Amino acid sequence: MKPFELLIEEHGPAILRFCAGRVGPERAEDCFQDTMLAALRSYGDLRDEKAVKSWLFTIAARKTIDIHRASARIPVPAEEIEEEIIRRAEWQPGSGDIWSLVHELPEKQAIALQLRFRGGLSHREVGEVMEISEAAARRNVFEGLKRLREERSSWL
Amino acid sequence: MSRNPESDELERALGAADPVPADRWNRILSGLAERAEAEGLIDVAYEMHDSPFGELLIGATSAGLVRVGLAVQSQEEILRDLAERVSPRVLKASRPDISSARRQLDEYFAGDRHRFDLNLDWRLSSGFRREVLEATGHIPYGQTRTYRAVATEAGSPNAVRAAGTALATNPLPIVVPCHRVLRTDGQVGAYLGGTSMKESLLALEGGAG
Repeated sequence: MKPFELLIEEHGPAILRFCAGRVGPERAEDCFQDTMLAALRSYGDLRDEKAVKSWLFTIAARKTIDIHRASARIPVPAEEIEEEIIRRAEWQPGSGDIWSLVHELPEKQAIALQLRFRGGLSHREVGEVMEISEAAARRNVFEGLKRLREERSSWL
Repeated sequence: MSRNPESDELERALGAADPVPADRWNRILSGLAERAEAEGLIDVAYEMHDSPFGELLIGATSAGLVRVGLAVQSQEEILRDLAERVSPRVLKASRPDISSARRQLDEYFAGDRHRFDLNLDWRLSSGFRREVLEATGHIPYGQTRTYRAVATEAGSPNAVRAAGTALATNPLPIVVPCHRVLRTDGQVGAYLGGTSMKESLLALEGGAG
């Protein structure tokens, strides 16, 4: 098996980007560390080394869902909601704030877009991580992009 | 998926990623290593150490120093070897055995230390190879022995070539002083870090007062 340190080097940055996209920059580091620790704990159980990327992103995706569920029970301060509305109004091509819009999408589409574009996964890998078919993964990505385009044009 | 300029631009925006700044990334990784250590998840911890002979990889298990990797080998090669022969749970992380080794190596290179006082994990050597390396460990600072003498002390006086091979596989160069073993005809002989490194180490020790 590959030394774990090399795994971190190869996939770490994409996992961190995915976590940041899903739970925001402040919680991304803990989320990333939690993911890699869980992976290290069960590293010996990994049978198909070729699927290690999907395996890592599956763990990461579960962690981000746990974090969302936990924070759904915590009320959001008013300033944060206002900031969010301002961010959405400011989104323009190249502004880098498209991800605040992605947050508003249904969770399946948001995760699919994060895996595809932040994680750099193929549609097949997205399907593996989300435990859906490749076709369903494509649909989620497509629907997510469609909604984003609609969102954006509603602000213009 | 539709292919129009709008969707391409959208996908580009989604795919754009700012690289993580190096110091932030290092901070995140050392935080991870700390947590992994606390849980006892790291089987082989290692650090990279700057030396007069390039970067050395200093690796340790819970039993002690298990590997000194010389710069002639890539970090990746050494790590893959450790993953295969010890455990894939190899992570860059601090440990007292590693800090001691790094400090003592610096003292040695400065000419201030003649004996290493470290816990060694010998698991990467066994049988005759281990006998040869242990015999090598008895050669005092500033002295040399021949391959034949070392083979003899290891119990097989005629296994001179095998002794040479054993030394060439030394997982703990410098600390286990295979550089102190020379050919019978007086020539310096081979060295896994290259002949020039062997000569420099002998010169370092030879200059002792």
